[in-house]
Amino acid sequence: MQHPILSVRNLVVEIPTRHGILRPVDQVSYDIHAGEILGVVGESGAGKSMTGNAVIGLLDRPARITSGEILLSGEPIHNKRPDELRRLRGKTMGMIFQDPLTSLNPLLTVGEQLTETIQEHLNVSNAEAQDRAVAALEEVGIPAARARINSYPHEFSGGMRQRVVIALALCAEPDLIIADEPTTALDVSVQAQIIALLKRLCRERGVAVMLVTHDMGVIAEAADRVAVMYAGRLAELGPVRDVLTTARHPYTSGLMASTPLASQGQKRLRQIPGSMPRLGNLPQGCAFSPRCEFAQDKCRANPTPHIQDGDGRAACWFPLSANSEQEVDA
Amino acid sequence: MNAIIKVKNLTRVFDVSKPWLNRVIERLPKSYLTAVSEVDFEIQRNSVYALVGESGSGKSTIGKMVVGLLNASSGAVEVDGIDLSSEQDAEKVDAVRSNIQMIFQDPFASLNPRWKVRDIIAEPVAARGGDTKGLSERLLEQVGLSAADADKYPHEFSGGQRQRICIARSLASEPKIIVCDEPTSALDVSVQSQVLNLMSDLQEDLGLTYLFISHDLTVVQHMADKIGVLYLGRLVEEAPRDVLFSSPKHPYTQMLFDAAPRIDGFGREVEPPKGEIPDAINPPSGCAFHPRCPMATADCSKSRPEMRKIGDTRVACHLAE
Repeated sequence: MQHPILSVRNLVVEIPTRHGILRPVDQVSYDIHAGEILGVVGESGAGKSMTGNAVIGLLDRPARITSGEILLSGEPIHNKRPDELRRLRGKTMGMIFQDPLTSLNPLLTVGEQLTETIQEHLNVSNAEAQDRAVAALEEVGIPAARARINSYPHEFSGGMRQRVVIALALCAEPDLIIADEPTTALDVSVQAQIIALLKRLCRERGVAVMLVTHDMGVIAEAADRVAVMYAGRLAELGPVRDVLTTARHPYTSGLMASTPLASQGQKRLRQIPGSMPRLGNLPQGCAFSPRCEFAQDKCRANPTPHIQDGDGRAACWFPLSANSEQEVDA
Repeated sequence: MNAIIKVKNLTRVFDVSKPWLNRVIERLPKSYLTAVSEVDFEIQRNSVYALVGESGSGKSTIGKMVVGLLNASSGAVEVDGIDLSSEQDAEKVDAVRSNIQMIFQDPFASLNPRWKVRDIIAEPVAARGGDTKGLSERLLEQVGLSAADADKYPHEFSGGQRQRICIARSLASEPKIIVCDEPTSALDVSVQSQVLNLMSDLQEDLGLTYLFISHDLTVVQHMADKIGVLYLGRLVEEAPRDVLFSSPKHPYTQMLFDAAPRIDGFGREVEPPKGEIPDAINPPSGCAFHPRCPMATADCSKSRPEMRKIGDTRVACHLAE
C-alpha cells in the first residue's frame, strides 16, 4: 500500500512555562495523501499554525515535540537532527507563510532567492537554475517572468509577492506544501487567484497541501478534507462537505452557524457563548464542554477520546446525529 | 428626506511626493494620491450604511473624514445639517462632534495599555468635563461585561472582550452615529457573531446610526440596510442590501461577489478575476475599472462614468442597465 505523503500520529507539542506545561498541540493525528488538500481550521490559539510548524520542524524554543510521530512518505522525520531537517525543508516540504513581505529577503532579488533555493537542493548549473527560476515564476502566473526576475520584493504588489513565495516553495519540487494562512493578508479578488493557483498546482503536480486558515469559505472551496481544531486538539476530521454540512461536533456546527452567511435573513446571528479557554486553564473534561449546549456530566468529567484518521469522526462523547456504528473509537 | 449624514462630492488627496531634496536632485515632479474622489452619499437616521471595497479603495479614509480625524481636500460632510469644516459656531460643532464616535479595527492597538478600563470608557465624557460617576460600570454591563471589570487593564481581556470595551467607550458620550471601521475583522468567527449581535441590539435599543466599513461581504450582507461599493476611491455602486445582492449592476461588484469564497461552494471552480487593483497615484483614465472589466469598450477608457440612477440602484458605469 502506498504511504500517505504526510502522516501525523498522536503528535504532542509542549511548552514548559513557569506556570506548568502547556500543550498547544495535543494528540493530533491525520494523513495527507498525494494531490490532496487538507484544510486545518480553528480560531486563533487553536494550535493550527503550531501543528504546521511542528511538521516542518520550525517550532520556536521552548516549544518541542514530546511524543507522537511525523512520517513523511512513510519515513519518520520528527526525530531528525536540525541539519537533516534543513535538507528536507524546501526539497520535500515547502512552506508558505501568511505575510509575503516578511518571508522574502528585501536585500536580494527574487531571482537570487529562487536560484539559491534551487541550487541548495538540486545539483544544477547557474544557467539551469536561472531557467528553472523563470519557469517557477511563470508557473505561478507572474507575467514577463524573465524580466521581473531581477526585481526586488518591494517592487511587487501583495498578490505578486505571495506568488513569488509560492514559487519559492515549489522550485525544488517538494511533495508537501504547508500553507499557513496564505490568503489572509490579501484582497478578495487576489485571494481567489491564489486559491485557484494552489488548487491547480495540487492537481497537476500531485502535491499534498496542508492549508491552515480560519476562513471557512476558503476551506469549503479549496480543501478535500478538513480538520477542525479546538484548544490544541482535533475536534473533527473528515471530508469537507460532510464536516461543513452535517457537523458531528457541536463546536463545528456552532462555528458554521455563527458565520453570517449561514444565518442569512435572520435578525440575529447564532453565537457560541464565551471564548476558547486559555491553554493554562483547560477544563477537566472535553475542552469545549463549558461552551457546549449539549454538555452533560460525562463531558465535564472525562476528556474526549482522540480521533484517528477516518471519515467524519468527531472527538465528542455525544456527537450530533450519530448512530451506533459511527461511534468514536476509544 | 431624513438623512443624518450627507457626504457631498467628498475628495481627499494625499501628497506622496519624495522629500524636496530628492525631487530637486532626481528631477521628480510632485506626486499626489487621490484616496477618495468625488464621493456622494447620504445616510438615513437609524440605519446601517456599509462601505465595502478592497484595500486602497478609500473606505477608511471616508470614515476618518466623517468623524473629523482627517480634513477633506474638497467637498463636505454634513452631520445633522451642519457642515463641520465650514461651520463657525464652535458650540454647534462641538455638539455634533460628541454625536459621532468611532470603533476601530484593532482592539489591541486602540486601547491605552496603561489606563484602567474605567478611565478608558469614561474618557469621551471626562474630556468634555461631564459627570463620569458610575458611567463605566453601567456601560460595561450594557455591552455584556461585568461592572467589576472596570478596575482591570486592557491586557486582561481577550480580543472580543476588548472590542466590547471599545464599543462601551464609543457609547459613553451618548452618540447618535458610530463609525465602525472593520470592527470584527480582527476577531474569530464565533466571537465576531457575538460582537455583531451586540451591535445590532445596541442599534435597536439606542436608535443609533452606523457607518459600517468592511471588506467582508457576508458581514455587510448581515448588517447593512444600504451598501456603497468603492473602487480606487470612487463610489461605483450604491443600493439597498437586497437589491445589491440580488442584482449587482456594476461589473466590479459582480466580480467581487463571484470572487468571495462561499461557505457552500464545495470544490467550486471559479475563473478568478484578472489583474490587481491599479496604482492609485496613476489611476487608469476614464472608468478606473476598465483595464480589468470584461465588458469594457473604447468609451470606458475615455470618459469617467457619472452616477446614474437605475431603479433603487445608483451606479457609475457606462454600460450598466
